[in-house]
Amino acid sequence: MTESKISLTHLLGLEGVSAADIQVLIDTGFTFREVLDRPIKKVPTLTGINVVNLFFENSTRTRISFELAEKRLSAEVTNFSAASSSLSKGEGLKDTIRNLHAMKMDAVVMRHPVSGAAQQLSSYVDAVVINAGDGTHEHPTQALLDIMSLQERFGRVAGLKIGIIGDVAHSRVALSNIFGLQTLGAEVSVCGPGHLLPPHLSDLGVSIIPDVDDLLSWADAINVLRIQRERMGVGLIPSVREYRNGYGITNERLARHKGELVVLHPGPINRGVEIDSDVADGDQAIILDQVLNGVAVRMSILYHLLSAKGAA
Amino acid sequence: MATRPLPEVVLIRGGTLYDPSTGHSRQRDVLIVDGMLAADGESVPSGAHVIEAAGCVVTHGFIDLHAHFREPGGEDKETLATGAEAAMAGGFTRVCVMANTDPPVDSPEAIAAIREKSAQLPVIIYPIGAITAKMAGLELAELRGMRSAGAVAFSDDGKPVTDGQVLRNALLYAADLGLPIINHAEDAALRGAGVMNEGALSTRLGLPGNPGMAEESMVYRDLLLAQNTGGRLHVPHVSTAGAVDQIRAFKAAGVAITAEATPHHIALTEELLRGFDTAAKVAPPLRTDRDREAVLAGLLDGVIDCIATDHAPHTVEDKELDMVNAPFGMIALESAFGLAHQALAGAGATVEQVIDMLTARPAKVMGLELTPLKPGAAAELVVVDPHEEWTFGIGDIHSKSRNTPVPGMRLRGRVRATITSKGLSDIN
Repeated sequence: MTESKISLTHLLGLEGVSAADIQVLIDTGFTFREVLDRPIKKVPTLTGINVVNLFFENSTRTRISFELAEKRLSAEVTNFSAASSSLSKGEGLKDTIRNLHAMKMDAVVMRHPVSGAAQQLSSYVDAVVINAGDGTHEHPTQALLDIMSLQERFGRVAGLKIGIIGDVAHSRVALSNIFGLQTLGAEVSVCGPGHLLPPHLSDLGVSIIPDVDDLLSWADAINVLRIQRERMGVGLIPSVREYRNGYGITNERLARHKGELVVLHPGPINRGVEIDSDVADGDQAIILDQVLNGVAVRMSILYHLLSAKGAA
Repeated sequence: MATRPLPEVVLIRGGTLYDPSTGHSRQRDVLIVDGMLAADGESVPSGAHVIEAAGCVVTHGFIDLHAHFREPGGEDKETLATGAEAAMAGGFTRVCVMANTDPPVDSPEAIAAIREKSAQLPVIIYPIGAITAKMAGLELAELRGMRSAGAVAFSDDGKPVTDGQVLRNALLYAADLGLPIINHAEDAALRGAGVMNEGALSTRLGLPGNPGMAEESMVYRDLLLAQNTGGRLHVPHVSTAGAVDQIRAFKAAGVAITAEATPHHIALTEELLRGFDTAAKVAPPLRTDRDREAVLAGLLDGVIDCIATDHAPHTVEDKELDMVNAPFGMIALESAFGLAHQALAGAGATVEQVIDMLTARPAKVMGLELTPLKPGAAAELVVVDPHEEWTFGIGDIHSKSRNTPVPGMRLRGRVRATITSKGLSDIN
């Protein structure tokens, strides 16, 4: 395995993570991609290491991706889904975690509905913490797989123009992408309904391009955010057709722009809302590469963080 | 420095006595015999408890017009007795306690109960009654009856009075009673789910933001109501530059309003939220440095009348929740002087000015008389060392709760002793 090391003890977010660390995680991700192409897709790297997937919020894709990554590294995997447990707001984060900690876990992969929960967790336990999404804050592993997929397609990230489209205010994918892409020298612009963009975004060095067609003609690649159905009809998004007409990535719209424009989507896709099926399944989309890279880069993250801790 | 009974004879030696009711200051020892200030030149009996006060200022005990002591209903967080301990440790000899207990203090009986339960405590507790019945924001509570029972002001603090007509009626009614109305000014809809100041940092942290305009729009409404009713409005915990400007403008127009600022809003900023520290989650939120400086300037030029702590205890378990579910508030009595003095001295204030903001000025807001610092008066004193630089620690907390982001911070100015006719708390 690669000799390079990272300077992180946890992966809480991409804000403040160095370009060198991001690059090491992605490079090792490509190495693990080769493992995934073998007939026997398993290495003994994390044999005897205990990892718990602690999901306080429903997530099928991210959890399965982590679980696959862990199993392919031969880790012992425990799944804890608090979204379906009796855990309510009355039970402290710390209490749950102390219990899990008493079970001597080496690493905790956590998804939590509240921003900052991963950082709070990291101050309560001495296990490695990997943020699998905290509130509307960060989703660093998603951004790493996005960046890895862009690098695979373009051979580089520096100098790329990346557009993020949709409900940025309620997205954790957007923020991690912004931090990670900027660190690697890409330029990021966003497009979405004004009330679904977080305030003071320009302070983060992000430009806002209000018209989606303007964004498409500017960008080398676009990351189309999933529109949460629960935002519909509660005063935020008037209707599906209204959103689709304004911001939806349809074939007709895409056809008006350069053919090399690359389309990413973090999934799960609302076909016919933020993106049409023929776009999602078309040549310009790299959505399935993202899924595969997701497993590889999560293997890389687990490997590096647990080696840094001396566990692997 | 737990409070103990006041020794029969106490000598405060070598300090400068500053009387905020006259503004006079002079170097002198203070002798307290049987809880009363002794006449000048009286000989010091042997066996006196001596408090060395060289380099210190001896002055009137501080008055906090905004604290939450949680009794009844929240005794796991604070009681009147533990709150009084925190007050003594922080130099406060009088504390006005907010009505948002469980059940709320919204009747003459509830006011009387607080007075009765606190009668033997070393500090004077002044109850503030709720503005509306059950603090539901709909119907006026028995303000007249509560005043007769001892209420010093009315507030639904913690809950803004959303209905403008209700607050208008309250201001008119309380004007007849001569007592201030204190409205926690935050537009609930604009505040939304906000847990910190809305701005570039909240966006960076992905945390729901509470914009300054949530406070400013309701402060503005309240100021208009005060202007139109002639009622006595007191604006609590001013936190934004915009709100300071509005208060300045209405005062300039001759409207009889008062306002307070907390030590945390003049000394700390939203930067403390960077580590997702729930101890720094407070309402209204810690804001930007620009807001902090504006509030500080407002205090210095008198637009903001006084310092008040908004001491708000919460249990460790509650504050160990995540950023959304953890409650708002921080304890503040013990660190108030050091934190406020540090910020104000840094902006050029003298220690006497800081003392005024903690004594004469809040007394004036609430219509309270200061105890004269002269022979025969009951002892109500604090000894502060304005020069001492120290690190505030968990051990300096006497509240039943520990929710404050201040531990570990260097402060300038420290309370050395607090003396009332019922008790002494000192760190000799």
